[in-house]
Amino acid sequence: MSAAPTPPRPAGKGPAKPAGRSRELPEHLKAYKGVWVFIELERGRVHPVSWELLGEGRKLADTLGVELAGVILGPDDGSVGAAGADAAAYGADAVYTMEDPILAAYRTDPFTRGLTVLVEAHKPEILLLGATTLGRDLAGAVATTLATGLTADCTELAIDMETRTLASTRPTFGGSLLCTIQTLHFRPQMATIRPRVMSMPDRRDASLPRVVSEALAMEEEQIVTKVLDFIPDRDQDTAHLAYADIVVGGGLGLGSADNFRLVRELAEVLGGEYGGSRPLVQKGWIPADRQIGQTGRTIRPKLYIAAGISGAIQHRVGTEGADVILAINTDANAPIFDFATHGVIADALEMLPALTSAFRRRLDGAARAA
Amino acid sequence: MHCVVCIKQVPDSAQIRVHPVTNTIMRQGVPTIINPYDLYALEEALRVRDAFGGTVSVITMGPPMAEAALRKALAFGADRAVLMTDRIFAGSDTLATSYVLSHGIMRLAAEAPVDIVFAGKQTIDGDTAQVGPGIARRLNLNQLTYVEKIDRLDPAADEIVVHRRAEGGVHVLKTELPCLITMLEGSNSIRFASMDDMFRAARAEVTVWSAADAGIEDQTRCGLRGSPTVVRKVFAPKPRQEKAKLIDTAGLGAAEAAPKVIDALLAADSKLADHLAAG
Ligand SMILES: Cc1cc2nc3c(=O)[nH]c(=O)nc-3n(C[C@H](O)[C@H](O)[C@H](O)COP(=O)(O)OP(=O)(O)OC[C@H]3O[C@@H](n4cnc5c(N)ncnc54)[C@H](O)[C@@H]3O)c2cc1C
Ligand SMILES: Nc1ncnc2c1ncn2[C@@H]1O[C@H](COP(=O)(O)O)[C@@H](O)[C@H]1O
Repeated sequence: MSAAPTPPRPAGKGPAKPAGRSRELPEHLKAYKGVWVFIELERGRVHPVSWELLGEGRKLADTLGVELAGVILGPDDGSVGAAGADAAAYGADAVYTMEDPILAAYRTDPFTRGLTVLVEAHKPEILLLGATTLGRDLAGAVATTLATGLTADCTELAIDMETRTLASTRPTFGGSLLCTIQTLHFRPQMATIRPRVMSMPDRRDASLPRVVSEALAMEEEQIVTKVLDFIPDRDQDTAHLAYADIVVGGGLGLGSADNFRLVRELAEVLGGEYGGSRPLVQKGWIPADRQIGQTGRTIRPKLYIAAGISGAIQHRVGTEGADVILAINTDANAPIFDFATHGVIADALEMLPALTSAFRRRLDGAARAA
Repeated sequence: MHCVVCIKQVPDSAQIRVHPVTNTIMRQGVPTIINPYDLYALEEALRVRDAFGGTVSVITMGPPMAEAALRKALAFGADRAVLMTDRIFAGSDTLATSYVLSHGIMRLAAEAPVDIVFAGKQTIDGDTAQVGPGIARRLNLNQLTYVEKIDRLDPAADEIVVHRRAEGGVHVLKTELPCLITMLEGSNSIRFASMDDMFRAARAEVTVWSAADAGIEDQTRCGLRGSPTVVRKVFAPKPRQEKAKLIDTAGLGAAEAAPKVIDALLAADSKLADHLAAG
């Protein structure tokens, strides 16, 4: 390599961890206890996926009879403390924190170093992160540094009591299967989960959590990567699919890019967002941030209307959190009827515009009555 | 500039079938392609070479048949291709894969220093987006994931500025070479490979490295043995307790059926009715 930057810390290529070889859980790994959730703090705000994971982490910790903690890295401007209080309200017993001006904006190196220091000092058995661009960047780097197992984009988490290990389930290649993955002989067991896959826990009144802090012990000069700017997305350009209450989705059954208009019109009347199955993104009918499913957005609306979508497993796992799912499909045997709550066997090209006008009439009527 | 692009050969997902009885993936006869996300990485590397000179090496870890993917990459314009293949690589998870690939890249770097390693955002079969960061850590490369565009590249100063997709916006990051970049989909589109390119690629040499060739001493860190994650079971999802309630619209035209459908939805969930009335 030319001009290799001085590493803040020898990366995984360095001395092999003894854990990397043995299949038995080595004695020193038995000290790993507790469930940690990485609290994603950026520009003073916590990404809601962190609270969703605390809700799920609570269940795992209770099953294991261990503590649930949030781990928070950020600048020393009070935002870490505020996030810690929120973490307690969402179920954390403790928070592990690191505050340093270097941690103001996310950068791979200092965050990897910081999280690794905290993990090595306090040894959690499970570490969950949101599968956001930040979470995935960090999780891959940390898992490699710690030489442990990481399962991406899980859709279900459970404890296998026989081995007391995390059983992470995710869709597997092939379109209709799920697989359960475990990290038996390495700690911590790491997993990433997409926003909205887990439900948002209720906030509760909580006393302040136990706080344990560590220092980053890095100088800004040691960090090669600099953040020059942050360009926020313009609101009108971004899809707010993940957190929308009503979503209308279209699939290949619509037949053409032009027909997709029918999906947009219904979404507009309902004050919701629109999206679609992956093939529509691949065909260029809709932008990538409108894709619904495992490799797109996971949604949890009150109502999801799926028109001309067959219901492949990758689509299913992204929509199962919806309260009500109405499937419109011409094929009574389409797999979408296995997980939709309601179905109508009809041509989407006729049913969508009929629903649009019927809803419009209803809503106008309701507005006049009010 | 020496750019290395990590590409993976994957089954063409559109055509994959699952055996209805055994729940195993039927790979036989399924055509393979270069992982679509890796083509953005390859194109970006080719553009860097076109602008600054140098070479583009492509590398893959896979079975001998993965050579086809490398030849395709050569046809698009890559200069050199390396296939890392060894029985002990079989069953590698992402940790083991990044271990093997980082050794291959080090071996390439011994021939000519590497400035940028490119990877795809994720694979369509593994789908983890972990191999890129894994390689970056192991080789101490500055890690730039989800890159939408290279804003500025200054090989003389070993400096690069990129736009990286973040939650709710784009980070403009400046870092030094060598670095590892994973390219976001849609950031460019792969160039056209002409007939001539394909003939040239068909005759070009593909270097094949075993674990030993790549200087891998610790074989326990490759393949199944080097993989901390284990797949405990593969299964078909259970249908919901009850199937979808079919709204009977037999004999009705869409215009008459739609109000019935709406009634059924609102009856199912009173909160939904409130929400719509409020919205
Ligand atoms: C690794 C991987 C990741 C993936 N990730 C995702 C993902 O995140 N999201 C996703 O959606 N997919 C994803 N897929 C693709 C997924 O497997 C399916 O191929 C895809 O969801 C199918 O899209 P579709 O339902 O629109 O099309 P099809 O499966 O072709 O279904 C079209 C449906 O429309 C119906 N239809 C036809 N005409 C009409 C009509 N006039 N009116 C009403 N209905 C009609 C048909 O009966 C059929 O059920 C992924 C695949 C892989 C391998
Ligand atoms: N076997 C492999 N050989 C070469 N590159 C790979 C391999 N597996 C993964 N990669 C690279 O790593 C990226 C992310 O892969 P993944 O972590 O499997 O989603 C891919 O887009 C490739 O660039």
